[in-house]
Order: sequence, then structure tokens, then C-alpha cells
Amino acid sequence: MICLRPRTIIMLVAITALAALPGCSRPDKTDATSKAKQTLTIKGSDTMVHLMSTWAESFGATSPTQVSVTGGGSGTGIAALLNGTTDICAASRQIEDKETALAKQKNITPNEITVALDGIAVVVHPDNPITELSLEQIGAIYTGAIGNWKEVGGPDQPILLLSRESSSGTYVFFQEKVLNKKDYSQQARLMPGTSAVVQAVTADRGAIGYVGLGYAKEAGNKVKTIAVRSAAGQPAVMPSPATVKDASYPVARALYLYTNGAPQGKVKEFVDFCLGSAGQKIVADTGYVQVH
Amino acid sequence: MAQRRWQEKAIQLTLVAMATTSLLVVVLIFLFLGKEAIPFLKDPGIARLLDRQWMPVSFQQEHFGLLPLLTGSLVVTLTATLITVPFSVLGAIYIAEIARPLEREFLKPFIELLASIPSVVLGFFGLVVLAPLVKALFGLPSGLNGLTGGLLLALMAIPTVISISEDAITSVPRHLKQASLALGASELQTILRVTVPAALPGIIAAVMLGMGRIVGETMVVMMVTGNAALVTLNPFQSVRTMTATIAAEMGEVSFGSIHYSALFCVGVVLMLVTFVLNLGAQRVLKRYGMMT
Repeated sequence: MICLRPRTIIMLVAITALAALPGCSRPDKTDATSKAKQTLTIKGSDTMVHLMSTWAESFGATSPTQVSVTGGGSGTGIAALLNGTTDICAASRQIEDKETALAKQKNITPNEITVALDGIAVVVHPDNPITELSLEQIGAIYTGAIGNWKEVGGPDQPILLLSRESSSGTYVFFQEKVLNKKDYSQQARLMPGTSAVVQAVTADRGAIGYVGLGYAKEAGNKVKTIAVRSAAGQPAVMPSPATVKDASYPVARALYLYTNGAPQGKVKEFVDFCLGSAGQKIVADTGYVQVH
Repeated sequence: MAQRRWQEKAIQLTLVAMATTSLLVVVLIFLFLGKEAIPFLKDPGIARLLDRQWMPVSFQQEHFGLLPLLTGSLVVTLTATLITVPFSVLGAIYIAEIARPLEREFLKPFIELLASIPSVVLGFFGLVVLAPLVKALFGLPSGLNGLTGGLLLALMAIPTVISISEDAITSVPRHLKQASLALGASELQTILRVTVPAALPGIIAAVMLGMGRIVGETMVVMMVTGNAALVTLNPFQSVRTMTATIAAEMGEVSFGSIHYSALFCVGVVLMLVTFVLNLGAQRVLKRYGMMT
């Protein structure tokens, strides 16, 4: 036992030294980084993550400010804004009354900025002869009132409903706009992401799904986008940047950034960049529709 | 000498602390889950959990029935177990009793490799390859169903069950086998009538541990089961499991809402199920462990 002791002492000294090392160096490090770089955090909508991170990347290329983007959903983003853990919240829906009330309690004034528009394309299998549906028909399909393609002029084939998960902002938007606030059919399969919806539509002839316009374009010939009639007598409109912008395509929404109060300093720089010509070009490149 | 006793004591205390930590963690998790779940039992009441529908996001009326989620988990678990058992038990018998050492050296690492595939990768494989295959093979409207989930989960459980069953078979005392062979039984008779029955408790425990893993698996089922919350015991229907529900909805749910505590109720039920399965496996092992 005694002969072991010197070794133990050496070990203890070594461990203490190791533990102390990062402790010593930490203060200098943070000083250096905080001088060189400022950080900006953005949190929110999963729909917008791709857009936000492309923005962040090209903004970071010209500015010393480092932008970090995380998803989690619009609700998560708004909660983070209210808790003061993010500078900017990206949301694919408007802030709810409940959340505004909570913001007031926490002394935070959410400031809404529309940065892009998004059309939701209704997609079917490429072999499906259907080319257009009315909003009402799509609603009836998703609530389960229509269960076979022949009821809307297609082949005699059961309809396979594909939806996003109930946590998705798109799910709620589609429910409100197309299903007229009715419940989705219980038969609807809830897919964990847009790519899963596209994948499943490709695999099943009877499938119908909804995805963001950008994703539908990216999927190319693997799925067929159908034209939508806002009411029975109206013309059927294909989703495109032009039809989303002039509001003739009915299934479209705005995408927002929320800041605490009017944007200032680096937040303002970033928002201005997003709304500027370079930022709006990125909007078009990532499959969304420009606001201006 | 006094110093030595002090050291002994310190070591013993450390070990006790380490050993009890996991127990403490389990208790704390149970308490935490309970704490978050109780508000639901108080406000909308436990009756809401007995609903036949799970429809947490709705403009009409939210439903928080656990039944579809329970049957969903049940369907997937039973399917997976039914597939796992023959494969793993026969596989384990072969590896433990029949395979030559060289074959064993070759087979074992590959089986263990199967356990190390990340579940997201398996899920994607299921979505792209297995689901269309299942659909074509059984002539279903869609391959996103309980059976596809069960097949993939079986893939995940098989390595665990094989390893433990093989240990159980190998540890059957040699004298039992030797006695059987000496009495004139053939190799096959010895395996089927002596070795496997003697190892049966170990095999049962292995299967139960495998089931515990299957019940708790999330990513795979979320990607391939379609997640429609139907009350069904038909593996060809889409199902929504408890794990997928929690994983899909927890990210977006607003903190402290009814939906939030409902998800914790799901968590409590899930934990109870896995707890009972693990406890059962241990009891089986212990009881028969004493007998031999």
C-alpha cells in the first residue's frame, strides 16, 4: 500500500492539472471570439430551415455576424422568442392569440415581418389521370367523405391519404384552408417529413399528398402536381410563383420572421438582407415565392 | 492499517453509489413522468384517455384516446416477435450447437453488425425498399403498415435475441448432453429434447428483452407504419405506436397544455409496459436459474 502512494499522488496532481487547464484558458478564448464575431440565433419552422440556412450562409459570407439556424417547428420558435433564447423566430404561421397574451406577460413585443410566400402543391402518382380538383373535393378526400378516385372522375381505385404529422405547421394550415377546419380522416397516414410524403406518393398509385411548392418542383416527374379550383365554377390553377403571388392559387400562405420589437443592430442587418434583392433571389432559388 | 480500512470504505461507498444511481434515475424518471401526466388526470379527466380516437390537433374537438396507440404498439410488437422468435431461436441453436468454430467466428460478428445499424437508416430502407415490396407481395393499397414496421423491428431485435439465446444454450451443462448421447439419442434429438428445453428459460427471457426493445423503438416505426391512429389488430392496416406519437408530437406541443400532459400519459403507459416486460424476463431467468 505504502509503495503505491507516490504514484497516487502523481496521478492526483496530473488529474488536477488537467482539470485546471481548460479553466485557465477559457477566459482568454471567449474574449477573443466575442471581439471577432457576433452571433445571431434563429429558431423555428421546419418548413423554413432550408431557406433560413441558405440565407444565413450567404449573409455570413459578407458579414462578421455568425448566424445559427435551428428548426423544431414554428411553435418551438415562438416559445424560444418569448423565453428570450433566440434573436429571431422563423414561423410558417402567424402568432396565436394565446402566444401574444403570453408575450405581453413576459414583456416581449413580437414584431411580424413577411419574408416569403409558400404555395402548397397537391400531388398524386404520375400514373393518376386526374389533373385538377376543387378545394372542396380535396377537402372531402382528406376528411374521408370521398374514398375512391372514381368519385372525382378517376379510375376505380381507393385513395391513399398522405399527410404531414400533426405537429407540422403545414398540417394545421392545410386543415384550416382546405379541410375547412374539419378533422382529417383517421385513415390518413401521417408522414414524418416532406420527403417521406414524396417517397410514399411515388410508391402508391392511389396516393394523394401535399407538399411545399419547392419540394414538388424538386421531385420533378416522380410526382404529379394537380391544378386546384378555388370553387366549383372557378378556373383550375396550377401552383407557380406567379399564381401564388397574385393569390389566384388558393392553397398558399406567407412565411414570417418574428423579432422582439422592431429589429435593431445585427438583427436589422439580417432582416434587411432577407428582404433585399440578394435575399429574395435566394427565396426564389429555394423554391419559395418572393414577396416583392 | 487504519488507512487501508479507510480506503476500503471509500471504494465500497463509491461502488454502492454507482450501483444505486441507475435505480435512482429510474425512480426519478417515473416521478417526473407522473408529475407531468397528473394535470391531465385532474383537468380533462382519465375518461378522455379511454376515447377510441387520437386526434390531438383539431379545430372541432381534440381526442386523446390511448386505445389506438396501444393497439398500434401491440400489432407492431406481436408481428415483430412472431418473426423474431423462429429466426433467432433456430439461429441461436445453429450457432451454439451445430456450427463449426470457423462458421461461428464468421456469423457472430455479422449478426452483431445488424444491431449496430442506426434505426434511421433502417427506417429509410424500409420506406424505400421494404414498403413497396410488402405492398406488391400482399396486394395492399399501401406498404405503410404494421407488418412493414414489424419486419424492420424484427431485424433490430434479432441480434439481441440471438446473442442471449445462444448464451443460454451454450451454458446448458455438458453432462446433460453427454448423458443424452450416451443413452443413444441422436444429435438432433439431444438438441431438441434436452438442450433447448434446458435453455428455454434463457430463451424466453431473451425474447422478452427483445420485445422490450421492440416496444420502445421509435424512428423505424415512425417512418414506415403510416402513423394513422386506427383501432385495429390487423397488421396490414396502418398503425400509430406510442413511441412514434411521442416523438412526432412532443417537439411542437405547447408547454403545459392538455396535449402536453396527454403525451406524458402515453409515456407513463409505455414505460409501464417495458417495465413489466423487463421485470417478467428477469423473473423467468431467476426462477429457472434457481432450479438448475
